[in-house]
Amino acid sequence: MKEKVKIGFKDMGFWYGSKQILSEVNLKFYSKKITALIGPSGCGKSTLIRCINRMNDLVPTAKIDGRIIYNNEDIYGKNADVIELRKKIGMVFQKPNPFPMSIFENVAYGLRIQNMKDKNEIARIVKKSLEKADLWNEVKDCLSRSAFGLSGGQQQRLCIARTLANDPEVVLLDEPCSSLDPIATAKIEVLLKKIKREKTIIIVTHNMQQAKRISDYSCYLLNGKIIEYSKTENMFTHPKNKLTKDYLDGRFG
Amino acid sequence: MVSEQSKQAIYFTLFKSATVLSVAILLFVLLFIFCEGAGVVDIKFLTSMWSHREITQGGILPAIMGTFFLAIGVSVVSIPLGICTAIYLNEYAKENLLTRTIKLAIRNLAGVPSIVYGIFGLAFFALFLKLGGSLIAASLTLGCMTLPWIITASEESLKAVPNSFREGSYALGATKWQTIKTNVLPHSFSGIMTGAILGLSRAMGETAPIIMVGATFFIAHLPNSPFDKFMAMPYHLYILATQHSSPYAREYAMGTALVLVALIFMLNLGVFALRYNLRKKKAW
Amino acid sequence: MFNYKNTKEKLIELFFSTTGILTLLILIGIFVFLFVTGIHTFAKITPTDFFLGEQWNPDAYGTPKWGILSLIIGTLMIAFGSLVMSIPLGLAGAVYLSEIAGSRTRELLKPAIEMIAGIPSVVLGLIGILFLSPLIANVFGLSHGLNAFTSSVIVGVMVLPTIISISEDVLTSLPNEFREASLALGATKWQMIRMTLLPAALSGIVAAVMLGLGRAIGETMVVLMVAGNSIAMPTSFFSPVRPMTANIAIEIKEVVTGSLHYDALFAIGLVLFVMTFIVNFISDIIVEKHVRKYRW
Repeated sequence: MKEKVKIGFKDMGFWYGSKQILSEVNLKFYSKKITALIGPSGCGKSTLIRCINRMNDLVPTAKIDGRIIYNNEDIYGKNADVIELRKKIGMVFQKPNPFPMSIFENVAYGLRIQNMKDKNEIARIVKKSLEKADLWNEVKDCLSRSAFGLSGGQQQRLCIARTLANDPEVVLLDEPCSSLDPIATAKIEVLLKKIKREKTIIIVTHNMQQAKRISDYSCYLLNGKIIEYSKTENMFTHPKNKLTKDYLDGRFG
Repeated sequence: MVSEQSKQAIYFTLFKSATVLSVAILLFVLLFIFCEGAGVVDIKFLTSMWSHREITQGGILPAIMGTFFLAIGVSVVSIPLGICTAIYLNEYAKENLLTRTIKLAIRNLAGVPSIVYGIFGLAFFALFLKLGGSLIAASLTLGCMTLPWIITASEESLKAVPNSFREGSYALGATKWQTIKTNVLPHSFSGIMTGAILGLSRAMGETAPIIMVGATFFIAHLPNSPFDKFMAMPYHLYILATQHSSPYAREYAMGTALVLVALIFMLNLGVFALRYNLRKKKAW
Repeated sequence: MFNYKNTKEKLIELFFSTTGILTLLILIGIFVFLFVTGIHTFAKITPTDFFLGEQWNPDAYGTPKWGILSLIIGTLMIAFGSLVMSIPLGLAGAVYLSEIAGSRTRELLKPAIEMIAGIPSVVLGLIGILFLSPLIANVFGLSHGLNAFTSSVIVGVMVLPTIISISEDVLTSLPNEFREASLALGATKWQMIRMTLLPAALSGIVAAVMLGLGRAIGETMVVLMVAGNSIAMPTSFFSPVRPMTANIAIEIKEVVTGSLHYDALFAIGLVLFVMTFIVNFISDIIVEKHVRKYRW
């Protein structure tokens, strides 16, 4: 079965000021698959994922070249609409970042900024999104309470629900479990495998076991360059590159 | 040889006394104003026009109204401009050396003496723009003085909103203004208001600048246009205390002080209540 | 790099940039205006005569004197006098509030002390005239109590909340590890405060003092009412003095617009502006450094 490419990187390079963070990135992310980006901290994996929904635009000194193609269009092209892009490519951050609003309003936020007015429709989507994020049963009786009352794992699932409410095609996750305990992490992993049926998922993780458990493809980055990219089972059993093998064996550095 | 324990006891007692003394100064000032001033404060004092010939015959209504109008004038001049500037500096301006320098300069302007703003107001608003000594010249002068305070306070509360709120909002496809409107301003609103009220209450007590731009000890009517001269409580009590010959002048000065301090303290108490609530509510 | 199609966004950004830049122009304008007016003075009076001349007597027939040295000394005497009083008191208060008092006491007392800053200076000046100066005249056997000393005490009270409040913030912001590490080594609480916390907080405390100094230099009403207003060179702390601020307030309404006297008062204003700006600037730099060090 031939897989469909959702996002493609073509000779992409990235700089903060004069410091090059990523170079010669050529990558394909496949539709309805989970791709894990692994590598030591500082290797550029977070920067890479933040290029996909153009969150790096917020950094004034950021500079990019090459192209990132999404749905046959260059997302950095002249006519690209960054707002539309971010609605289609959602993102979940390293630390859960619920807004200081009620649980309901957190999930409804994306709908409200799109000027959705129909109350019933909003309620329906909020419910559906919370269900998809496996959170509905835990919060259905306290939707009007502050999101800060939730545990860390629940907050992160809330952030996932908030992203799903926009019905994105791609979900980016930047080390979503790094501040969570193993049980909360397991819940999120189950959830991601479920979401995969509908969405393309790209996850940054420093936990190789996690990459092995959930991803279909893995990409190993070192010093801003892609060292190896292949199906996860292949990479973890027969890494082609010695650097990858060293990293997977824990012999890094 | 004194043991460490007893040394500590001695020092801690000293520190506690210093704190008690500081609070005692406040209480003393308040009590003093109250005891000396309460005798003349009654309904007539608060609601009558000033009687120039025999001061016991009149009240300080025009001074109260003057201070009130001035407060409104200052708010109109400095609050919207100050808040918008803070939003510009914190949300829109590029974070670079120039912006940082501007922020630094504004913080330092907040410490420039009020009298300096006063002579500026005199030369620029009163003389150069030919507004003369008037309510509007005074509002503009105090407005300029208050502007850096309000910008600084608003900026602090905008800065206190965690960046993750902004990022989260952008990641959901919000535009910049949507993000500011729905996810930055609501969380910094009370902080901004606190700063604005505090700035305003300080402006209301200012005397030195308004001496030069239109405050007057006596006018027979309430100001009926922004271009009129006006009476104001701080200036009124200053003249009563230093340049008035009536034997009742000092008592009346104290009465005026009492009204002024009561007004300012009510504003301040409001601010403290607001701030206390804010700290309790704040979860991030 | 933002490339929004949305015109509304652009308009909103334009609105905030315009108001922001307008405000900045106003604030820069203030300085420029003062500078241009004040600098005229030095075409007619040499800086040496201005800053080092001991006599200020613009109205003297034939030979007016334009020396502001006695005014500067008056300002400095009161400013430093007030700090002598408020630094020990303020520091002790800050240490008590941040390290010794319980959180309830702190929640109650800190706002109370900050309230002092809310009392208009004209009211404190009034209390100076009615209460403190007669008291000081009695205690020290003076003919009247309107002098640098009395003003220093009152300005000291005004500066106190600034010093307490900021020093307390600085102490509270120090990481708890400092306290724990010190106590775990067997230090008493006072040893911990003296040997660990105060040295670590020193820069922040200096910043607080500088900020207080700035306020003291710029205070007008208290010194206008209580300092005695004499332009003679002060001989002791009990001499009546006339600080720069008071001099401007007294003379500005009586001068002819555009005269040399008028310009000279602006020059004094400029001196005040520059002095307080520098003091605040130093304070700001110190705070910035402190924050960077402790992520306050």
